[in-house]
Amino acid sequence: MIPFDFEYYKPKTIQESVDLFQTLTEEGKHPVFFSGGTEIITLGRINHLYTEAVIDIRDIPACKVMEFDEHYLYLGAGRSLTEIEDANYFPLLTATSKEIADHTARNKITLGGNICANIFYREAVLPLLISDSQVFIGGPEGIKAEPIMRIFDKKLQLKEGEFLIQICTERKYLGVPYVTVKKRKQGDTGYPLITVAVLKIDENINVAISGLCPFPFRSEQMETYLNNSNYSIKERIDLAVKHIPDPILSDTEGSSEYRLFVLKNTLLDCLTELERGNM
Amino acid sequence: MKTIGKSVIRKEAEDKVTGKAKYTDDKYAGDLKVLHGRLLTSPYAHARIKSVNTEEAWKVRGVRAIITGEGLPLTGEEIRDRPPIAVDKVRYHGEVVALVVADDPVIAKRAVSYINVEYDLLPVVNSPTEAVQEGAPLVHENVEEYDRDEDIHPIPRSNISNQMKIRKGNMEQGWSLSEVTIESNFSFSPSDHTAMETRCAVCEIKADGYVHIETSSQAPFMVKKLISAYFDIEVGKIVVDTPLVGGGYGGKASVFQEILAYIASKAVGGRAVKVLHSREEDMITTPCHVGLDAQIKLGATRNGKLKAARIQYLFDGGAYSDKAVHLSRAGGVDCTGPYEIEHIWCDSYAVYTNHPFASPYRGFSHSEVLFAFERAMDILAQELNMDPLHLRRINAIGPGDLTPTQVRLNRSNVGNVVECIDRVKELSKWDEGKIEEINERIIRVKGAACLWKNSTIPPDSVSGAILTFNEDGSINLISGVVEIGTGTKTVLAQMLAERLKMDIDQIHVRMKVDTQTTPEHWKTVASRGTFMAGRALLEAANDVICQLKEITATVLRSRVDDLDIGDQRVFLKEDPSIGLHFKEIAHGYTYPNGNSIGGQIIGRGNYILQRMTYLDQETGRGNPGPEWSVGAQVVEVEFDRRDYTYRVVKLYTVLDVGKVLNFMAARGQVTGAASMGLAFASRETFLFDDLGRVLNPQLRTYRPIHYKEHPEYIVEFVETPHIDAPFGARGVGEQGLLGIPAALGNGLSTAANVSLNQLPLIPELIWRTKEGK
Amino acid sequence: MKLTSLMLNINGEDRTVIVRPADTLLEILREKLGLTGSKPGCLNGDCGACTVMVNQRTMKSCLMLGVEGEGTEITTIEGLKGTPIQQAFVENFAFQCGYCTPGFIMNSQALIQAHPNADDEKIKEWLESNICRCTGYEEIEKAIMSVIKNPGT
Ligand SMILES: Cc1cc2nc3c(=O)[nH]c(=O)nc-3n(C[C@H](O)[C@H](O)[C@H](O)COP(=O)(O)OP(=O)(O)OC[C@H]3O[C@@H](n4cnc5c(N)ncnc54)[C@H](O)[C@@H]3O)c2cc1C
Ligand code: FES
Ligand code: FES
Repeated sequence: MIPFDFEYYKPKTIQESVDLFQTLTEEGKHPVFFSGGTEIITLGRINHLYTEAVIDIRDIPACKVMEFDEHYLYLGAGRSLTEIEDANYFPLLTATSKEIADHTARNKITLGGNICANIFYREAVLPLLISDSQVFIGGPEGIKAEPIMRIFDKKLQLKEGEFLIQICTERKYLGVPYVTVKKRKQGDTGYPLITVAVLKIDENINVAISGLCPFPFRSEQMETYLNNSNYSIKERIDLAVKHIPDPILSDTEGSSEYRLFVLKNTLLDCLTELERGNM
Repeated sequence: MKTIGKSVIRKEAEDKVTGKAKYTDDKYAGDLKVLHGRLLTSPYAHARIKSVNTEEAWKVRGVRAIITGEGLPLTGEEIRDRPPIAVDKVRYHGEVVALVVADDPVIAKRAVSYINVEYDLLPVVNSPTEAVQEGAPLVHENVEEYDRDEDIHPIPRSNISNQMKIRKGNMEQGWSLSEVTIESNFSFSPSDHTAMETRCAVCEIKADGYVHIETSSQAPFMVKKLISAYFDIEVGKIVVDTPLVGGGYGGKASVFQEILAYIASKAVGGRAVKVLHSREEDMITTPCHVGLDAQIKLGATRNGKLKAARIQYLFDGGAYSDKAVHLSRAGGVDCTGPYEIEHIWCDSYAVYTNHPFASPYRGFSHSEVLFAFERAMDILAQELNMDPLHLRRINAIGPGDLTPTQVRLNRSNVGNVVECIDRVKELSKWDEGKIEEINERIIRVKGAACLWKNSTIPPDSVSGAILTFNEDGSINLISGVVEIGTGTKTVLAQMLAERLKMDIDQIHVRMKVDTQTTPEHWKTVASRGTFMAGRALLEAANDVICQLKEITATVLRSRVDDLDIGDQRVFLKEDPSIGLHFKEIAHGYTYPNGNSIGGQIIGRGNYILQRMTYLDQETGRGNPGPEWSVGAQVVEVEFDRRDYTYRVVKLYTVLDVGKVLNFMAARGQVTGAASMGLAFASRETFLFDDLGRVLNPQLRTYRPIHYKEHPEYIVEFVETPHIDAPFGARGVGEQGLLGIPAALGNGLSTAANVSLNQLPLIPELIWRTKEGK
Repeated sequence: MKLTSLMLNINGEDRTVIVRPADTLLEILREKLGLTGSKPGCLNGDCGACTVMVNQRTMKSCLMLGVEGEGTEITTIEGLKGTPIQQAFVENFAFQCGYCTPGFIMNSQALIQAHPNADDEKIKEWLESNICRCTGYEEIEKAIMSVIKNPGT
């Protein structure tokens, strides 16, 4: 039960959304973009989020796409995770996505909502980070495309009034070898202790991690070590973990020491599997 | 037997698969006559309340009352130590600080967020061990001054609300006979029952002063009694209704939401007010599952005969005592596993901390105590270099032995421990080895534990049953047992069908309990529904048999003892074709000329526990309950030696249930209990920060077992009848849980080759213990 | 409070309700439409007791606003009558207190409709969205397996 009231808008175009956002802001209604809405509803319920207007983006055609052109796959931010899984155009994304929340919840949670979430795991972004995807963003200044690696720093760096429209991924990434592993504190459901997504392209390994720090990341520095074939896999991992970007999380899911232990084993498994796939 | 033992489908099944089954909140959903109570709860575990400012909250339109703590009576089932709404200070995270009543739940919730409270933090008692340290902050400054039941022994100016002593034999002698001793500590924090239906109550005070409460409770009769006592209302003027309940597991045996609903209704001139707890409140504000710090020292001869046990249990009862005293007493009564030990010294304490407070939890402190004791047994077995199940077998308690409270056992009041051990050994192929290597990382291991349980319910607990007849000869069965999911009411119908040799479909079970028209059943807890309500029911069945036969004898001009009963007829034993159908006599018999005799047949039966006694304050000596049910469990786990992760593959349970009354229902109780035990053992706990705040009061972060996280269950029953019980049946609702935490702890300790003495057994704990972190 | 009028198609019937845009579908079903078969268990998307179908897909009705339901077809437990899965739940003793049951049945029914021959993995993926605290899940597994025709084909 959400204790405050808000207005609900469902614009049909990007421009309309941008304008709405601006007007509602001027009216002092603290508008938020609404995609699956699961987070807005559940955080709103416990007063961790407040708004007087939500702008549902899912009727905007560009937010609904799920299609290819010659070079790219386009996924609309408003698509639910299960729709993306069922289409399975990007198997690594499917595999990572399948471990988020649960099946019924993923019928509602959207790709855009997960990436822009306040809940910091944002696991669906991992495959997009390591596939050097591009994001399309709409805002007062029009529509722009940006490499995700440039605009995603801990979270998507959106300016006031901007929203994520869609993501596009080069086709060459869609079929490459990958591993994605979600490790939990216990059991098969729930938030990650850590989630690791790895893919291999042009003999290079790209790695992104969620749950280790209070944000998902892909670290080029870590990748440099992980790709250094002068060392054994174990040595590479030991060097790489020295460059984790932030103090490691210690919370209800696990301590930082334990997370590091799990990370090393998980990286070992991922890299070993990818090497083995190579032979 | 025709009906007993059969897997009869529960009477309320159709309602439950069609969404028609009604739980408390369902009945009032959308009801505009009902106002809504919402709580402001404490964000701190221990703090002085400096001020509560409700000015802004009153400005919200639709607010009818804002209630704070002053002027309300202290409450508590055994010690009156709890203000229903905090006064002066808060003692746990989640404690009720104010209650808002409004026209609409949204308005109530909104108003709650406008109440401003200022706190001064106080030092926190964050575990029972901390609580008993010299100089520990006091949760209650003057525990000895509270009103309390007679046999409760608080220690003045301490955090101890009760000390329970077991003194059996002579410890000096015990240790001198012991060639081997072990000593170890065990602990776990409080956790939650997590019934899927959160607690809910609606209260209305009628113009004539009658108080009507509808509540999701396991103890509607206790609600009536306690509300009467707390607020000084004639007990007959309180009527408590309980429809179907969405799970309880002991948690809904404490009286909580009803008190708030009553206070709220009173504040708005008696209008109906509903208090429906959110999941977060249901986890930490309302009573939870007790925690424990335990110390155990065992002594045995070289060949494994137990000689002495010295035990200390510090139960983490949380901020208020409610049932903690009773829990600590039950933990003392069955302070060991099911073993014959000549010399026992046990101190079992109920301890105050700044944690959410405890209510009963399935098994009533037995799985808790058994975790400690049965882990200690494995540690001893290792020290003796002896097979742990063999050690248990040679010490198994049985007829002729004396329990810790010095009850002499016989063939009826205890089940067969040895047979349970032997069966579980065979089923689990125990002798083929406890460790099997699957590959360089994975090993398969087994861990075992035995269990026993008596229910230490008050010696004067009662149960009653009423049977009324319909014109068509069918019967209405009315019992005070609450249908919380155990299927007890269906089992009662089976007993009746069996006794009257009739079709169970002709028995209509009243699911709802209403304390004004339903005979009392003490509480639907302690696996005693079938026993006590069953006894009452059988008496009622005999009553109607007598009445049916008497009227038939008159009509047929025969002797009563020449008559028999079956298929809803009363007939001559000699010539069954001569007789009367129930429908001819159920509402009186009418002769062809119109003369009538008899009337509606109404049967009554009741039961009170027999020969229970209070326990001696110095030694614990006394008869605490009707019987000990026993069992043995084995857990089979695949353990990853690199990652310290594991998967429970199989779970074997052998229980002595006396007599199986409904096979599928009984098996369901056992596997359900085992699943809950596994959750408690492997994943569930409240996580506290240094300030005593619960960090995971949501199912997102406090995660019960989900579909397919369950192991394969292997369940078998042994049948050693309990003579006093209907058809010989022993308790079955809790036992499947009791040995699981210990069995898992034992299995994983073997697997990791390190002593794991805490719960829950998450991989991080194993890693930490193993790596000495 | 800001109110709006809303038309919802539920169990084949068009129903008009006056709601707040901030009301979840679960609240509307229970409080405005008397459809109390969908249960509140957490209001946080964690337990599945409130599961319904929206356009044949399972939905936790506590995670959805009522206004999002306009123009969709909503099915609640009250809309299922005499389905094999309901019978299977009864026969297999797949519930005790019954509180989680409507949610489990809705999820199972949607699964059977979408994947009549689902394999173990698929069943797990779907059903782990719900919590049952009473049973050990074994009976629920048996119930669902009894209506899946040829698992994994
Ligand atoms: C039961 C459950 C379990 C969960 N488990 C996990 C898990 O295991 N792993 C994990 O990573 N997450 C998990 N989550 C979190 C979930 O993925 C996020 O909360 C996510 O935001 C939900 O997506 P949504 O589409 O519903 O988002 P919404 O609620 O619509 O939005 C979330 C946030 O993103 C903003 N936003 C949405 N769309 C856009 C857009 N296009 N452009 C800009 N901003 C936008 C919103 O304003 C809001 O602040 C879980 C959630 C639930 C309910
Ligand atoms: S109430 Fe909706 S998932 Fe729990
Ligand atoms: S039957 Fe009670 S929660 Fe599932």
